[in-house]
Order: sequence, then structure tokens, then C-alpha cells
Amino acid sequence: MSTAAKLETQIRSYILENFLYTSDVSKLRNDDSFLEEGILDSTGILELLMFVEETFGVQVDDEEVIPENFDSVDRLMRYILQKTGEAAPHAGT
Amino acid sequence: MLVHEYLEASARRSPHKLALVCDGQRLTYRELDEGANRLAHGLLAAGLLRGDRVAIWLPNSVEAVLAIYACLKAGGTFVVINATTKPDKLAYVLNNCQARCLFAPASRLAEVTSTLQNVPSLTLGILCGEDAPEADSDHSLISLGAMLATSPPERPTVRCIDLDLACLIYTSGSTGEPKGVMSTHANVSFAANAIISYLENVPDDIVINVLPLAFDYGLYQLLMTMTFGGTLVLERSFAYPAAVLKRIEEERVTGLPGVPTVYAMLLQMDLGRFDLSSLRYLTNTAAALPVEHIQRLRDAFPWARLYSMYGLTECKRTLYLPPEELDRRPGSVGIPIPGTEVWLENEDGRRLGPGEVGELVVRGSHVMQGYWQDAQATAQRYRPGRYPAERLLYTGDLFRADEEGFLYFVARKDDIIKTRGEKVAPKEVEAVLYRLPGVVEAAVIGVPDPLLGQSIKAFLVCAPDANLSERDVLRHCAQHLEDFAMPRQIMFRKELPKTESGKVQKRTLE
Repeated sequence: MSTAAKLETQIRSYILENFLYTSDVSKLRNDDSFLEEGILDSTGILELLMFVEETFGVQVDDEEVIPENFDSVDRLMRYILQKTGEAAPHAGT
Repeated sequence: MLVHEYLEASARRSPHKLALVCDGQRLTYRELDEGANRLAHGLLAAGLLRGDRVAIWLPNSVEAVLAIYACLKAGGTFVVINATTKPDKLAYVLNNCQARCLFAPASRLAEVTSTLQNVPSLTLGILCGEDAPEADSDHSLISLGAMLATSPPERPTVRCIDLDLACLIYTSGSTGEPKGVMSTHANVSFAANAIISYLENVPDDIVINVLPLAFDYGLYQLLMTMTFGGTLVLERSFAYPAAVLKRIEEERVTGLPGVPTVYAMLLQMDLGRFDLSSLRYLTNTAAALPVEHIQRLRDAFPWARLYSMYGLTECKRTLYLPPEELDRRPGSVGIPIPGTEVWLENEDGRRLGPGEVGELVVRGSHVMQGYWQDAQATAQRYRPGRYPAERLLYTGDLFRADEEGFLYFVARKDDIIKTRGEKVAPKEVEAVLYRLPGVVEAAVIGVPDPLLGQSIKAFLVCAPDANLSERDVLRHCAQHLEDFAMPRQIMFRKELPKTESGKVQKRTLE
């Protein structure tokens, strides 16, 4: 499995398990907005942040906790790949 | 004056001034006022009558603001419902207030369609957002865009007086069912102006609101700012604190209203990375700030005034501590808001002196009209006052006063949980838990939480063959409860501790 595919599975199963309380993968699309769809609330974002730091060993700066980096599976994947790999992450608007 | 007349006066005084910044849009007072006029004509054309209830089930947005003022201009009574409220509770509230119209996001079309079927009084759903279909064949659905496009921008003829209801604000009561607090235009105007006077708001103020408009504290940020002619920066939520701090920096925000959870999150951040020097004041209410957080906030924002306040939806705001008193009495929530009075009473109705603990009683023009169609609950909280038409508010909260009359919160008389600044009735959560097949007994309590104030903990006794997991329970809860009302912990027990009369002894649960 590629790094990206493994990352996707980890993020998806974390969200499904902890916020949608299900293993039914059809309940979450990768471009669903966590906030718009009511998947995460403000304290949910904090929990997600801790999950990202602990699971992927990423140091998340306060300024990076913005919708552009955190508000969907796709965005989060892109952010984590950037943090652990090549390009610079989105540093706010 | 009527609540929307303050917006109209501000629009006449400074039509080109920035009124609202939200979601990338910037509206002047004239644009906002004309937009609300157009939408009001749309509601009138759809048959809205004076006093009809208009429900607004939208996240914080330009559309929600337009809907609030359009409803008032059309002579209606608005009811803002939290965007995270689930369809069954939404239908309960709409049936309770017999709503005529419902504003909702276009993405919730399926829920709106089923709600139209489940709520007989509801004749029109107004869909907001880019994907909204213009209108359907039986005229029960229309898009907000279509309504705005076909209506004139002039102000409709005023049809109500200040004794009419401006809004119903739903709040949790100990019975578990949400109750709509009836607020007249006179009540809202009085409360808004009293708060404006002690915050010393001026038209140069720029207020940021991260709290839901369904919550009176969030709603009044809008109503007050439009009244004093300032600028409101309306955010969806406080989910992304750094984005909010950036906005404070960019918009040169002067007023930040928060609840303890907002401040606890702020204090975890490196605030030195943002230019927050524009902030003139911070306010806190909904639950008490820990004294340690008060000190840390003062250290972080030495240039800003910090207001500790106390209130309840039943009279909006009750008390505030003038910031210059903060050093002397950091644990106090202060004195009555301007133009009102309060005192403490014991169970026998005797007024208490300094140091004695009793129920806070409130007198003033901000005391609302009671609960919508709930005479019994109204009679418990609102009792006769000095003159025939007057009523006093018995808050159900215990306080003590010092020698100089400054008040200190002691405890609640009921078991309502305060989490993230929101009130949650254990009975409401328990009722949801009991609906899950296999649950035999349920008891819900609030436990101390450094971020949330209190978090919700549920104890369950399940049928032997039920085989319920924590996840099953949480999934069920997520389908019926708002996000703030979700239990954080589920504990399974063989039995729950009971009194001799068979009542669950919640005090022994932990």
C-alpha cells in the first residue's frame, strides 16, 4: 500500500470510528466538509489535531489549524503529506 | 422602538458604513437593510401574517442575518434554531411554536421536505445557498435568491408595536423539553440598550461573533451592533481559533464576546503571534471563568477591559462586573445591568442580607414574557411583581452578595448541565438514551472538564441480551442530539444507585 493510501485509510477510519461511530465507509466522502456536514464540532477539531500530532508525529502550528488544512479527509491528507514530505503547508489566508 | 427600527435608523444615519462581514462578503448598512426589506416583501407575499413564527435553521451566515431582520420587518416572530439540531428535535420545536416558514440550507433539502410533512403549520421552506432550486411545483419550497430577486427594496409598512413578540429563544429546562422564551420588541430593545450602555459601545466598535445566533449571547451581538451602528464580523464558529485570531487582526476587531471554553482554547495558544492590539474589550458569560483564567487573560490582554457577566435567556442579561472591580472581586459577576434591580430570597420569600445564600430574583423591563404555550413552567419562573402587569423572574440560581452588593454565583437549584456555555438538560439526553433498544436505565450527569466547564457523562444499565457497545450508544446519540449535548463518556453498570423511593441517586455517580 502506498503512503498516501495508508494515510487515507488511517484518517478515514479515525473519523468514522470516533465521530460517525460506524465502520460503514460509505458514510464519509473524502471531500465532505467536517464542519458543514456536522461531522466535527469545535472540540472535535481539537481531538483531530491531537490525533494528527500523535499518529503522524507532525508538529502542528496554531496558524496551520485552519479549514484549508483540516476541514476534509482530502485536505488533511494533503496537509500531512506536505508536513512529512516535500512542499510547504498552507499557512493561513 | 422596534428591534428592526434600530437597523433602519443606522442605515439612514450611515448608509455606506460597513455593517456585516461574513464568509467573504462585506455588506453596508444600506445593502443589509435593503436586502432585509426585499426578503420581508417575499415573506409577506408568501402570506406571512403579523406574529407568525419564522424558524431559521441556518449556521451563522449573511442569510441568517437577512432572515432575522426580514421576519421582523414583515411583522413576524423569529426563532433561530441551532444548525446542528437534528430533524426530530427541529420538528418538535417547529410544532411547539407552530412555525409558518423555515429557512434552511439547500444542502438539507431532504430534511426540509420531511419536516414540511411532519409539521402541519409549516407552509413554506426557504432554501439558502448556491444549489437551491428556484421553486417547486406546489409552492412549498422556494430559494432565498428567487425571493430576493422578485421583491422591491423599500421598507414594508410596519404592522406591529413593541408589545408584540420579536423572537422566541429556545432554552433547555429541567423537564428536558426545550421551551421558547417569549421576547417582545420592548424586552429586546431594553436589554440590548442596557448592555450597550455598560459596554460603552460606539459606532467605531467592530465586534466579532463566533457564538451561534441560536444562542441569545450570539444573537444579541448582532442586534446590539446594528443598534449602535458598528460593524459585526460574523464567524461560523470557534472551531479554528487561529483563523478567528487572524480575522481579529485583519478587521481590527474591538470587541470579543466569549464563553469559558473559547477563552480556555485561546489561552492554550501562542497569542504573541497575532496583533490583537485593536481589542478594546472581552466579555464572558454563560458560565463563570475560573479566577486563574481571568488573571491570565488580563496578562495576555493588558490593554483590553474584561467583563465578567451573568444572565439567562429568561431575561437575557442580569449582572455585569464593571472591569475596574475585577482586581478587588475577581470571583464576582457584579451588579444588576443599568435600569434593573435584583435581590436574593430564601425559600420563605424573605429578602436576604450580605453573606446569606439565596435565589436571585430579577426585576426590570428585560424580564421576558414567559415560555411559549407553557403556563405551568411560566408560573414557576415568572411570579407576580409589585404592580398588576409586572412579573419578577425567579432565576433558580443561588447567589450570595458582599457588603457592597456585588454578587457571587453559588450553585444552580436544578440539575441542568452547563457545557461549552450551552445548557443541557440531563432529562433530554436520558430521553434519547431510553429510545435506544436494549437500554433499561439511563442517568446523565455533568462532570468537571477543564475545557468544556462540564462534560456529559452517561451511565447505562442494559438488558442482558442487548450487547450494546459504547460506539452503538454514541452513534444513536449523534442522530438525535446537538453536538454540544453529546455524552463524552458512556459507563455501563449492572445497576444504578437508588434512593428508598426508587429515584436514581445521581450524587453518588461519578
